Amino acid sequence: MSAVQANAAHGANHGHDDHGHNHDHGGDHNEGAAHSTLKGYVTGFVLAVILTAIPFWIVMGNVFEKSSTTALVVLGFAAVQIVVHMIYFLHMNTKSEGGWTMLALVFTLVLVVITLAGSLWVMYHLNSNMMPGSMHETHGTITQPTETAKPSTP
Amino acid sequence: MSESAVLSHPGNLGHPGHSGDINAPDNQRFYVPGEHHVENSTLLGFWLYLMSDCLIFACLFAIYGVLGRSYAAGPSGADLFDLKLVALNTSLLLLSSITYGFAMLEMQRKRLKPTMAWLAVTGLLGAGFIGLELYEFAHLIHEGAVPQRSAFLSAFFVLVGTHGLHVFFGLIWLIVLMVQLGQGGLIAENRRRLMCLSMFWHFLDVVWIGVFTFVYLMGVLP
Repeated sequence: MSAVQANAAHGANHGHDDHGHNHDHGGDHNEGAAHSTLKGYVTGFVLAVILTAIPFWIVMGNVFEKSSTTALVVLGFAAVQIVVHMIYFLHMNTKSEGGWTMLALVFTLVLVVITLAGSLWVMYHLNSNMMPGSMHETHGTITQPTETAKPSTP
Repeated sequence: MSESAVLSHPGNLGHPGHSGDINAPDNQRFYVPGEHHVENSTLLGFWLYLMSDCLIFACLFAIYGVLGRSYAAGPSGADLFDLKLVALNTSLLLLSSITYGFAMLEMQRKRLKPTMAWLAVTGLLGAGFIGLELYEFAHLIHEGAVPQRSAFLSAFFVLVGTHGLHVFFGLIWLIVLMVQLGQGGLIAENRRRLMCLSMFWHFLDVVWIGVFTFVYLMGVLP
């Protein structure tokens, strides 16, 4: 393929598909998405259906007595299903885009965990300390009104 | 050889001897012939967008997590949510994920008609999802469970509504992409667009996992 032809084809579609030269990159322009296969999609779909059906069954069928157990189990299934979707549908791996997608994902996950866990933790304690009854717990031994002005040491 | 031709600037072609000329000897050439240009930087960029979108949803999930039990003596999740409807909605979105996957497989085989057909199926499933969600919202509002009723309902409508808006815009994108496919066929640009929408669509499905687990399934627990 001459340089002129290649340049002409450049405008249209990089001219990579019509001719059979094999260089090491961009054979099909979709390295980033890895080559998806029917097997991969079907495996992911079957796993996703199972991982969706079980939590719905657990909640709708009242399988566990304690709702905290149910919540933990359901959250566990969700976490596994998210990983399944990431691998089989979004084709995440450590190699795509030279590892940058994985790096971005890990960074985002760190931020998400900080956001979620931080918010829940702080707001839970804020809520429980703002409860009308909690003043008596933290200042339980203090009886004289004058002493309540003292800053309480944690 | 086509590689350097593609990479070098076309403007240099008319100036023999210029350092950027493809005919220049190797030691004078500006670009290395085998230089590896990242062709799919669009996909990486789109992935970064999705990650930032993920942070939006993380904030909304955090809001729901904090306010999700503040009913203000109003209706709770157990009173309002119809899990059968949610299960149907979830299966619609899950099915649309796999049909989009089939469209991508057909795209890889460079078959336009089946690609369009699977995209159409995906679009119908997505429209079904939106329809059911709007039906659910209308039902809630009809029962008086409006966003301004309690902090729980505000957080619920914002979180689920934002996801629904994403799906809605994904549908618009899907339709536009089908028109573009009809015009240009499976050219490189359209395939790149298909891959971006694929990531977007599967990402929305991932977010929905969080929604149906965190909002609906855990919301009906006593």
